[in-house]
Amino acid sequence: MELKVNGKNQSLDVPAHTPLLQALRESLQLTGTKYGCGEGACGACMVLVDGTPTPSCITPVSNVRNREVITIEGISVNGKLHAVQKAFLAEEALQCGYCTPGMIISAVALLNKNPEPTESQIKEAMQRNVCRCCVYPYIVKAIQTASKMK
Amino acid sequence: MKDQEPNDILYPEQYELYENGQSLIKPHTRRRFFTLLGGGVAAAFTFSDVLSREVLSSLDLQELREAEDSIAAWLHVHEDGKVTVYTGKVEVGQNIRTSLAQAVAEELECDVHSIEMIMGDTFLTPYDRGTFGSRTTPYMAPQLRKAAASLRVYFEQSAAKQWKTDVKNVKAQKGSILNTRSGRSVSYGRLSEGRKLLHPVNEEVSLKSASDWKVAGSSIPKINGEDFVTGRHIYTSDMTLPDMLHGKLLRPPAYGARLVNLDARRAEAMSGVQVHRIGDFVGVTAADISTAESALFALRAEWEFTQQPSRSEIFQHLKKHASVSGEEDASKKAAETMFQQSANKLEQSFEIHYIAHAPLEPRAALAQWDGDILNVWTGTQRPFGVQEELEREFNISKEKIRVRMPDTGSGYGGKHTGDAAIEAARLAKSAGKPVKLVWTREEEFTWAYFRPAGLIEVRSSTDTTGHLQSWEFHNYNSGGAGIRSMYRSKADHTRFHSSNSPLRQGSYRALATPANTFARESQINDHAILLKEDPLSFRLKNLEDPRLKHVLQVAADTFGWKSSKKENTGYGLACCFDKGGYMATCAEVQYNAENKEVKVIKLVGAFDCGTIVNPKHLESQIMGCMLQGLGFSLYEYIDFRDGKILNPSFSHYKIPRFQDMPDIKIVMVDRKDEPAAGAGETPITCVAPAIRNAIFDATKEKINRLPMLVKGL
Repeated sequence: MELKVNGKNQSLDVPAHTPLLQALRESLQLTGTKYGCGEGACGACMVLVDGTPTPSCITPVSNVRNREVITIEGISVNGKLHAVQKAFLAEEALQCGYCTPGMIISAVALLNKNPEPTESQIKEAMQRNVCRCCVYPYIVKAIQTASKMK
Repeated sequence: MKDQEPNDILYPEQYELYENGQSLIKPHTRRRFFTLLGGGVAAAFTFSDVLSREVLSSLDLQELREAEDSIAAWLHVHEDGKVTVYTGKVEVGQNIRTSLAQAVAEELECDVHSIEMIMGDTFLTPYDRGTFGSRTTPYMAPQLRKAAASLRVYFEQSAAKQWKTDVKNVKAQKGSILNTRSGRSVSYGRLSEGRKLLHPVNEEVSLKSASDWKVAGSSIPKINGEDFVTGRHIYTSDMTLPDMLHGKLLRPPAYGARLVNLDARRAEAMSGVQVHRIGDFVGVTAADISTAESALFALRAEWEFTQQPSRSEIFQHLKKHASVSGEEDASKKAAETMFQQSANKLEQSFEIHYIAHAPLEPRAALAQWDGDILNVWTGTQRPFGVQEELEREFNISKEKIRVRMPDTGSGYGGKHTGDAAIEAARLAKSAGKPVKLVWTREEEFTWAYFRPAGLIEVRSSTDTTGHLQSWEFHNYNSGGAGIRSMYRSKADHTRFHSSNSPLRQGSYRALATPANTFARESQINDHAILLKEDPLSFRLKNLEDPRLKHVLQVAADTFGWKSSKKENTGYGLACCFDKGGYMATCAEVQYNAENKEVKVIKLVGAFDCGTIVNPKHLESQIMGCMLQGLGFSLYEYIDFRDGKILNPSFSHYKIPRFQDMPDIKIVMVDRKDEPAAGAGETPITCVAPAIRNAIFDATKEKINRLPMLVKGL
């Protein structure tokens, strides 16, 4: 299976139906993408597929052949944090941090599409992502902060 | 030690601790930690991962004898000036890795970023009962503070001695001791050289008062925050070891189901698959998760079912099976007599459904048998408790069991047990290789313990001037925490009655305090309404504690309690004192008469937990509590029938999400004259009754049930 992940071509020896989440975590050791529910209902496993936030736990690896996959590890470039990552730190938009990679992926996708989203657009775009620690208001704030940084 | 954690504050609803036979926790001990391998060797062995062996050269064995009080148990300064702090408390997102580092930096006078926290490692850190009950800030922080201040004093004395000057001529600052006369300075690293670590902690050492804090009391950002926003942080579920296998377990299809027959031939025939059967415990291992899942799917199991109570009958069931006590008590008779004589009587009951913690990182463990040492990494709030569970399970001594706890994807009181650790260790032992086990979301929603369901019956009365007369309060099964009323009354009879829970149950953030507060604050509200009194004034009149009255007033003022309401809206409030913290919450709800829907518009919380250690992280805890509390107030509940959990997924168990967020305001009352209390629990307690009272205000409908907005429960 030929994949392009975080700009690198990868060749994986896994069955076509393997969830992308497992391929990333087990075959490529990209463990920043998390398992949360296995049904695409919590957002912990979000990755970008051709720029679209996609729950990797319900996406067979064969679906992303010849497509550009970006994981949380590919969001910062050469150790330089992305504006969204900086904003999450600045606004302390996390507690346990388990949802954070998926949150950042969804936020990056949103800002790429809509650089100045309103509060309600942010909430709508982020609705699939769960933060069980419930610091949602800080996450909204972080996305607004990142929007201004750009 | 004065600040030692009390041993006697376990509540009945901490079922998971009793279930594991650990209700009576040994008062022990850091002494064992040093003596387990005998004297200085113990220290060398124990610290070998992080400390240089030169430490040993200067060990004073006389001091070692009292090692439970030694600085070395808590702190070490390396030659390069880096500081290592050891604590058995663990990080689950409450940010104590940061707040405890602040406490040490403050007293030691060093840079907070020069500190590395070793947390929850049974080989390296002093024994700790667990990270629950809001005890880190009131008990662990003072302990580390004293150790750090003792070490600073020791450095001051050492430097003064070196310079042959009086100790009052030296001053600790920024990781060094400065000679204020000569201007010379010497770093802690130089002074320590890794020696003299076993100096005793001075219990009487003077600590800085909160008004002099520079590092503590400020909003230091999460110290390892960057690891989380980059995905670099390794949770238990992310770990791997060479040759590691993935495990999956065969779970019963329902509570009370028993395995009567297993055909594992198809699974065993799969390449790289092993099936492990130890009594009724059945698991599979394989080199990758997909294969393990396929093997699990290939098992053919036959089950025998037993009759189990269902959700629809849970409250009758709990009451029917409750232990009855106190019926003949004088307090019961007094409350009854007073009730009958009172002018205004009110009697109602409240139903509390089971809920799940649903931490986003499910239970996970990685187990490795290395010779006769069992290494386990697991996300738990009680690494030493897990060590004890493993000791009993495998009948090996604790000294051979190392449990480590990486910063974990939250717990909320749900990760007190070692289930995943035991399961992974069984599989690893049987497979002869390291095994990682990560529970699925369905397992997490089914086999982890729940917050108990409960029935609460309240009977109380007031006189014509609006003073409480009698107060009778019975809690069936949900728990005894926060059951005591803060309101003055002439006769009080309050009892918790244990019962027979059909589902596994245990601790949840703030234990039963949210349930008891829901019933109490609803009852108080309704008394005020019955008397046509303002619920705020009624409370202020019947309360005594000035700090509780203060947060009530602050919340009400911030909220605009007296402000005029928009059409179809209602206001509600509630307050609570628990675990050293004072909380008040006001809620505004909007009622849509057409579709009969209720929406929470605004929440205001005021919280006083004494001195504030880290304002931003405190606000974050209050925020998280209030919004998480929104879930069980409005829509979270576990549905079950005939022993089967019917909604074990995020698509069927609704939890708060972005679009559910009301407008929220938080006021933190900083009391620098009061000791800092924990803050991760108490702010969750008032959301439900505040909303319930606001719904009553808007609709005249009393919803005496949690969750409130699920129809047909």
